This record gives sequence, C-alpha cells and structure tokens, in this order.
Amino acid sequence: MTATASSEHYYVPEGSRWPIIGVIGIFFVVLGMALWVNDITFAPYLTLTGTLIIAYLFFGWFGDVIDESMSGKYSTQVDTSFRQGMIWFITSEVFFFIALFGTLYYIRAISLPWLGGEGHLGSSNLLWDGFQATWPLLATPGAGGEYVQGKEAMGAGGIPLYNTIILLSSGATLTWAHWGLKKDSKSQLVGGLALTVLLGFIFFGFQAYEYYHAYNEMDLRLDSGVYGSTFYMLTGFHGMHVTIGTIMLLVILIRSIKGHFSHEKHFAFEAVAWYWHFVDVVWLGLYFFVYWL
Amino acid sequence: MTTQVAETGHDDHAHGPAKGITRWLFTTNHKDIGSMYLIFSLIMLFIGGSMAFVIRAELFQPGLQLVEPNFFNQMITMHGLIMVFGAVMPAFVGLANWMIPLMIGAPDMALPRLNNLSFWILPFAFSMMMVTLFMDGGGPNFGWTFYAPLSTTYAPPSVTFFIFAIHMMGASSIMGAINVVVTIVNMRAPGMGYMKMPMFCWTWLITAFLLIAVMPVLAGVVTMMLMDIHFGTSFFDAGGGGDPVLFQHVFWFFGHPEVYIMILPSFGVVSQVIPTFARKKLFGYHSMVYAIIAIAVLSFVVWAHHMFTVGMPLAGELFFMYTTMLIAVPTGVKIFNWVSTMFKGSMTFETPMLYSIAFVILFTIGGLSGIMLALAPVDFVYHDTYFVVAHFHYVLVPGAIFGIFAAVYYWLPKWSGKMYDEGLAKFHFWVSFVGLNLTFFPMHFVGLAGMPRRIPDYPLQFADFNMIVSVGAFLFGTSQLIFVFILIKTLRSGKAAPQSPWESAEGLEWTIPSPAPYHTFATPPKVD
Amino acid sequence: MLQNVRILSVLLAFFPALAWSEWEVNMTRGVTDTSAAIYDLHMIVFYICVVISIVVFGVMFWSMYHHRKSKGAEPHPFHESSTIEILWTIVPLIILIVILVPATKTLIQTYDTAESDIDIQVTGYQWKWRYKYIGQDVDFFSVITTPSDEIYNKAEKNPNYLLEVDRPLVLPINKKIRFLFTSNDVIHAWWVPALALKKDAIPGFINESSTKINEPGIYRGQCAELCGKDHGFMPIVIKAVTESEYVAWVAEQKALKQKEASASQKDWSMEELMAKGEEVYNKNCSACHQPTGVGLPPVFPALKDSPIALGPIQDHMDIVFSGKAGTGMSAYGEQLSAVELAAVVTYERNAWGNNVGDKLLPADVEKLKGGK
Repeated sequence: MTATASSEHYYVPEGSRWPIIGVIGIFFVVLGMALWVNDITFAPYLTLTGTLIIAYLFFGWFGDVIDESMSGKYSTQVDTSFRQGMIWFITSEVFFFIALFGTLYYIRAISLPWLGGEGHLGSSNLLWDGFQATWPLLATPGAGGEYVQGKEAMGAGGIPLYNTIILLSSGATLTWAHWGLKKDSKSQLVGGLALTVLLGFIFFGFQAYEYYHAYNEMDLRLDSGVYGSTFYMLTGFHGMHVTIGTIMLLVILIRSIKGHFSHEKHFAFEAVAWYWHFVDVVWLGLYFFVYWL
Repeated sequence: MTTQVAETGHDDHAHGPAKGITRWLFTTNHKDIGSMYLIFSLIMLFIGGSMAFVIRAELFQPGLQLVEPNFFNQMITMHGLIMVFGAVMPAFVGLANWMIPLMIGAPDMALPRLNNLSFWILPFAFSMMMVTLFMDGGGPNFGWTFYAPLSTTYAPPSVTFFIFAIHMMGASSIMGAINVVVTIVNMRAPGMGYMKMPMFCWTWLITAFLLIAVMPVLAGVVTMMLMDIHFGTSFFDAGGGGDPVLFQHVFWFFGHPEVYIMILPSFGVVSQVIPTFARKKLFGYHSMVYAIIAIAVLSFVVWAHHMFTVGMPLAGELFFMYTTMLIAVPTGVKIFNWVSTMFKGSMTFETPMLYSIAFVILFTIGGLSGIMLALAPVDFVYHDTYFVVAHFHYVLVPGAIFGIFAAVYYWLPKWSGKMYDEGLAKFHFWVSFVGLNLTFFPMHFVGLAGMPRRIPDYPLQFADFNMIVSVGAFLFGTSQLIFVFILIKTLRSGKAAPQSPWESAEGLEWTIPSPAPYHTFATPPKVD
Repeated sequence: MLQNVRILSVLLAFFPALAWSEWEVNMTRGVTDTSAAIYDLHMIVFYICVVISIVVFGVMFWSMYHHRKSKGAEPHPFHESSTIEILWTIVPLIILIVILVPATKTLIQTYDTAESDIDIQVTGYQWKWRYKYIGQDVDFFSVITTPSDEIYNKAEKNPNYLLEVDRPLVLPINKKIRFLFTSNDVIHAWWVPALALKKDAIPGFINESSTKINEPGIYRGQCAELCGKDHGFMPIVIKAVTESEYVAWVAEQKALKQKEASASQKDWSMEELMAKGEEVYNKNCSACHQPTGVGLPPVFPALKDSPIALGPIQDHMDIVFSGKAGTGMSAYGEQLSAVELAAVVTYERNAWGNNVGDKLLPADVEKLKGGK
C-alpha cells in the first residue's frame, strides 16, 4: 500500500447532473429499441433522441472530467481508479465475447453433430432424416422451412484477410503513437493516431461491403440458419466495438491536437489504446474461428 | 487494530448534503446512494412479496380460485425476477456502498458519479419490466429462468421490454461491481493489507468479480433471444441448426455464479456479526478467504447441474455431479468456522446475532438438500419439483434475506445514529423464523411426494401441505410489516446510539461517530 | 399419547383437506429396479445429511448454551488452527466420496443403452402427450379429462383430479421399453414418479430413456417443465399390464384405427357433426379459445365472430390443418382424424352465435390429407 499512502486527498466530486441525464438517455434508447422491434412508428425518433442525449452526456461528463484533470484535482490514486475501472470494464467485455464464442463452439461441436444423428444415442434421424451436419452449415435441418438456404460460405481469403492485416497494423500504428507520446513528440502522436483512425474507417468500409455482398449474393443472412446467425452475431458485435473504438480514437486524436496529454499523464489515451487492442484480439479470434476453421 | 480517527473537515467537503430532490438525483455520496439502494430493495421486496401472496393464495386449495393459469405464470416469473434482481442484489449493493468505504477507511467509492448512474438505472429498468404486466398479452410468463423457446417463439409480445429491462439491470450491476472492485483494490487505508480486510469486503470483492464475469453472459443470452424473436436467427431453433438447450447452458453459466452473488455478501455479514456477539475473533480468517475464492472458482464449472434432465451424455452428468459435490467442501469449512467462532466465546443474542445464527442453521439445511440435489440420479426425481423450490428458498430467504436483516440491525445505529427497539426486533425475528420454516419446510415433503413446481393447481394428495405452506407464507409476508414499523420507529424516536453500540465490535466503521458524518475519512486513517 | 391425539384432532379441524388423502412425506420406491436404486440412494444421502446436521447443530447449540455471557463465559482467544482446518476439509471429502460411489453406480444404471423390446416415441404438445409405438402402427394423443367444473370448484373433485387422461399409455410389464422423447413446440418434461423417470422433451432433439416395469398397475405423473399456460394440466397415465393383455390391446388399437377410416367415408349429418365437434373442441381447443369461443385475446384469439370462422371454409380448414407458425396454434392435421377435423371445423362455424350454416365432410378432409 505504499503507492496510495500519499498525503494527497482523493478527489470526490460534488453532486453531478450527468448520471441522471445518462439514465434518461439510456432509457430512451432501450425503450425506443423495444418499441421499434415491435413496429411502433415513432420509436426510431425516441432512440435517436436517446442517442443524442447520450452524446450530449459524453461531452458534458467527460468535459467535466477533463476540466478537473487539467486543473490538477486528480491525485495519482484517482488516476489508478480510472485505470482499474477501464481494465475491469474491458474484462466484462471479454466475458461478453466469451459467451458468444461459447455459443459458436457449442453449436459446432455439440448441437449440430447431434442433429446430424451422431451423439451417444444417435436417434435424431427420426426427426431430421437426411440432414448432414457440416460446417459452414448451408442446408439447415428444416430445409425448405422458414430459413433461407445459403449458397456459399464465407471464405478466409480476400476481405477478411485484408481486414486482419488492417487491424493488426492499426495496433502497430497506435503503439507507435504511444511511443511518440512518451517522448513528447506531438507529430508522432498525432500522425500515429490519425493513421489508426484511418485504418479503423477502412476496416469498417470493408466490413460493410462484405455484409452487402454476403446478403445479396451469397444468401448468407441472419435468417439463413445458425451459420448466418453466429456469423452476424460475432462479426456484428465486433464491428460495433470497432465503431465505438474508432469514435473514441477520433476524440483522442482531437484532444492530442489540443495538447491535452503529457508523457506522465494520459489516462484517456491509454484507456482507448487498451480498448483498441482488445478489439484487435477479438478479431484474431473471429478470424480464426469464424472465417478460417 | 488501533486506528487514527479521521478528520472530516477538509476544504472541499466541509459542507453537508444539498437540499431537496437534487440531493438524491445528483448525489455522488456513497451513503446517500447506499440508502437509496436499500430503500429501493425494500420496496421491491414488498412488490415481489405481494406476488408471492397471489401465488400462495391461489395454491391455498386445489382448483382455480383467484387467477387464471396465464396470470399465475406471470406472477411466478415476476416474483423470481423481482426478488433476485430487485430485492436481493440491490440490497447487497446498498450495503456495499454504505459499508465498504467505512470499513476500509476510504473517503467514498472510487468512481462516485458512476455509482449514481448504477443506482438510477434500476428504477427505470424495473418500471419497464413491471409495466409489461399491463400490456396486451400480459407480462413475461415463462419463469425467471426464461427457457427458450417458451420465451422466444411462444412468448407474449412484451418479452422485448423484458429483454431490454434485463440489459439495463445488467449494465447497472456491472458498473456497480467495477466500482466495488476498484474501491477495494485501490482505496484501502494505508496499512490495511488484503489479509487484514474485514470479511464483508472480501466477500464483496469476490462477488464483484463474479458480477463482472457473468452479467455480460446474461446480456449475451438475452441478445440472442432478441435476435431469434425479431431478426430471424435460429440460435434456439433446431430447424435452423440451433438448440434450445444451448440457451440453458449459456443461461446457467450466468445463473450459477449468480446464486453465489446472492449468498457471498451474506457470508460476509455473518462473519462480521458472529465474532462481535461471541466476543471472539473470527475463527480461521485465512481459510474463510480461501473458501470464498474456492466457491467462486468452482461456481464456473458446475452450471449444468441445473440441467441433469436435458439429456447430457453420461460423461457430462458425471463431471457436473462431481464438481457440484466439491462445492460442499469449502462451504462446509465456512460453516464449521462459524460454529468454532461461537465455541468457547462469550455469547449474547441481540437481533443481528439471532439472524446470523438462524442463517447458519437454515443455510446448512439448504446446503444439505443441495448435496442431495447434486446427485444426478436422484435429481431425476427431485428436478423441477417443490423439493427444488424448498432448497433454493432455504438458501435464499434465510441465506440472502436474513443476512440482509442481520446487516441492517447491526449497522442501523451507525447509519441513523439511533438504536432500534430490541424487543420489537426480536419479535420480528421470531415471527419471521417461524413463518419461514412453516412456509418452506413442508415444500420438501410435497416435492418428494411428487408435486411439480410452477403449477397453478395440483392433485389432491398435496392439498394439506400446501395449505400449511400458504398459512406460513402469509405469516412470513405480513411479519415484514413489523420490520418497516421498526425502521420508522427507529428513525423517528430511537434512542441515540453511541459510536460503537456493540460491546466488542471491531473495525474502522466503529471509530467514527454515529450517525456517520456525511463525509468520512477524507484523510485516510492509519491501520497498524 | 392422549395429548397427541388431541393435537391431531385440532389439526384435523383446521385442515378439512385431510379427508382427501393420506400425508405423503417421502419419495415413492417405485416399481422398477432403477427407481428402487434411486430411492435407496436418496435414503442413504438423507441419513448422512441428518447425521451431519446433528453433529454441527449439536456443537453449535451446546456452545450457545454453555458459552453464554449471561452464564459468565469468558471468551477464549484461540482463532486459528491449521490442523483443524485440514481435518474438516479432508473429512467432508471422504464423506463425499462415500456418497459418490453409489451415486455413480446408479447413474450408470440409468444410462443402460442395451437393446429394447418396445420403442415408443413420446412427443410433448402444448398441452398434451402423443404416444407413437414405433413399428406398431399405434399412435394416439393422451389428453386430460378432468372436467373444468371440477377445476373451477363447481363440482366435487374426484380422487384422480388432474391425474386422469382419455387414453393412457399401455405398457407390458417385464419388458424393456425405450422412450424417445421429443417435442412439437416448447420444452416439456415427461415425469412418472413410480418409474423415477424424468426426461426433457426438447423440440428438434430426441432424448432416450428406458425402463422395465416390475408390477402391473396404474401409474400417474405430470409434466415437469414449465411449458406455458396449461403446464399444470397435461398429466401422464401409464397402465402397466401383463404381456398377453398388452398384445390384445395392440390388436384392439389397430381395429379401432380401421373403424375410424371407414367412418370418414360415411355421410355425416349436421347434428352428428355438431355433437362430435363439441366433444373434439372441448378436448383440444377450449383450453385456449375457451369453451364459449371468446378466446383470451390477444394471444389466443376469439373464434366467435372471427373472420376465419365466418369466412371461406377452405381457409378455416387450412389453419386448423396446418396451424399458424410462431403461435400456440399447432397443426391439427396430424393430430386429429378426418372425422374429428371435419366435426370441429363445422362446430366452430355454427356454435356460440356463429351461424355460417355450412359443414365440412370427413371425406373432403380425407382428400386434403391425401394431398398434403
């Protein structure tokens, strides 16, 4: 406990209106989405309003935090709290993806072979006569039922491979920017970040094209059985995280241009960098288990 | 443990709370937020409890008297969800908010604004969930475990609102848990090593890890439900290559650690209370800590014992049976240690102690029926009967809820600066104790005799016990009004409480005045 | 002794329900070797648990009595002992192993996958069971027969209240019977306590279990997995008979089926169809659409004045025959015979104020069945 035994006071903020605004924003977003999927016409506007409130909240709340930070109210202990908070937040995200990957594993290793008549009792043929358990699964057990039958599976070459290279290099450019920050080289910091953001956008563009292609030409869709379901769930949630990460990087880029970070104090930069590396690692898992194997 | 009393007069925090409603809406104070959590959970306890009243009234006699089966199913579902997510978990978070900073000598929680956000999500989430009861088609009617496809393809339209409500509760829990972990890891007073921490902090640290790990899994599974319902995916539909059992695996991967989330903080409370009233240090502090860690780790590899009848391969059944049995070992260590703490002590039996002793006894009964349930072949008979209902109510009601009562009576003098009425509180205890056993003990018998759970009407041979159970439930439920009366009486006219109302209570929380000042430990105390 | 009798009579006055049955407080030993093994295991573990609680609570109550402050007890300072901690980690482990040996044995016994004499596919429907004797051409639904008057307390409840069905599952004793469980809609669980057999019926998957009944008799059970509104109203009744009786029963079922087929060729009058239709409706439809046809909107729509019941007869027939995907309305084409389908459609069009006046003939349904 030596590090925290300083005589500095731990900064406890006064009452803040941001959290309750955040709650209202979140509530609008989820209520809007719940009404939206139930086909209520005004629902999208409710979600949009909620999103705007949350955007306003981030500006306001983080603005407060930045002001407090810039005016030197934060001791190293506060900084440590922020860092640990971010690490545990990323941990919870990791577990979210563990659940999704676990689903993929279960479907591929247990439920599909079982449906195909394997398994310790081997009697599913009574129900799904003629069904072959293959992966990627193009013909579903209820062929001709409510599910679209896929034409071809997503390969590992081409766009997914490019995207892997893009994301890996974005990790490298981000680290390069970090080195720049450590030696107080603003040009290296800003240049590295700008490059990372650019790579994020390119990734996003490729992914959007891949979805378009898959939906329209390959009949690989959300409703084309469990292969499509897992494919879009895993890549979709990853893509969402890339989007969030890119927005965060953009904010950090702007703040770097404004000169908010110094080599000893740059929690926000590091938090976003950790997040980005986490997104990177998830992609490697995706590339391996969803596209390749 | 000698301590240096904190001075509260630092510039930034010299003044008290803000006035009016904004104090509660904008607050970043751990004591305010703790109080809000506790009050919220009390309200939820009564809402969930009144649903239990409806259930027990319908089951008082065979035949359908009061409600239709579909509404009955909505009641059992909401009763479960509200008690788990609305009553027990927020109560523990409230206790954590109040006590952890006081116990480790921190000025507040580590992330005070996030703390406020975590709390205020809850009223909105629960409003959204409860409003479903009034929607077309009714609210969730698929049990608190919401097994697909009953909760997807065959669910009422309101299920979407339920899903998003769960998402909000999950977000709230994760943020709350992050706050607890960071507070405990980063904010302990100088000199307070991990192995000097009060047991309550230890149990909450582990609980928070569990929350961070499993709430996202719950979010994942409800997201898959949402996609199956509205976006045409087939995670839980064999026709598309999915599997309804997959839902159960993911759900229970969340669900089993979840039940430990609901019991570990109670372990902590009891480990604080018993040494105080036995006037003796907690026996085997180190092994208690290791036992909690062992329980938490094991909780990740036992989930499928909730699913022995889904048709797993033999190897799977054996694995989950063995790991589940293993949990009995660290749990046993804890119980033996509590008993040894009482052994050769100098005991008095104030209300917190009565609740803690009842906890040890009744939780042990629940634990032993847990061992019986862990045996896969016998579980083929117990599964989904009232024996299971008896088991988990024995671990949750005297486990979680009695733990919370013990905590409230133990720390109420510190929170309010007033003493509660000991006689009334003991009366509350005895009525609760009798009511509880009258309610849940006969459930073992009807379960063994073959009554399935979640049915609105039953064959005649179960009639007698069900009547007793209902009478017990009415007694237990009504007796909680005494608790509310005690709280109000204490706050309005309780005698002033000294700094440390208990003769041999140890810990930093007893070194500050009662009631605890609005800001405490602005300068961290030194712990030797 | 006298005291006890007096308490008992007071209790009796409180619980008139006592007259209904005797107090059952334990698991049944059942009528199969497996159920007996499970019962024995249950009792062993139960006694072990009782002994553990006597020891733990004994020490605790003894301390509570002797180490009270009011008795002048002084606290002893001891609070650690590795020896004791290790001891009470090892001892429970040994007890667990003692329990796990018979548990593992019994579990393996329940997983016996040797060849069976009779295979029966059991399919759960909301809210009834379907039994299909594989390779025997015997296939029927088993539906609760408890009248709604008894459920709604308008009539006195009979001793088998909620545990009675129209057609029980008939099984021979001393034969190895293999069940293949599956479901048509949501997850159900097939449970008969006397066989100690409970298995989930999962849509799209098949679960297996086998049993061998030792004694003839009637054994009753219920669905054990929440499956919607009438989860509490889909009982299971098994009639275990000798082998010769079983063979006779199978022959009888086959004859019945032939009779049914010829009945569909007959020209049914409106009155006959309405009478038959009411019977079929109350058995299969009234749980959701209600006996008066008003339904439970919006989940279970009304049939009275509904566009389907008043519209073209072909559309009406189609929805009854094929069901409606994603709702509780299942496809009755495979569940009901041609006569029953014709009768129930006719009934729905002409009951509770619906007055279309047309009728569907079994022969027409037969054509449709052939076409699909």
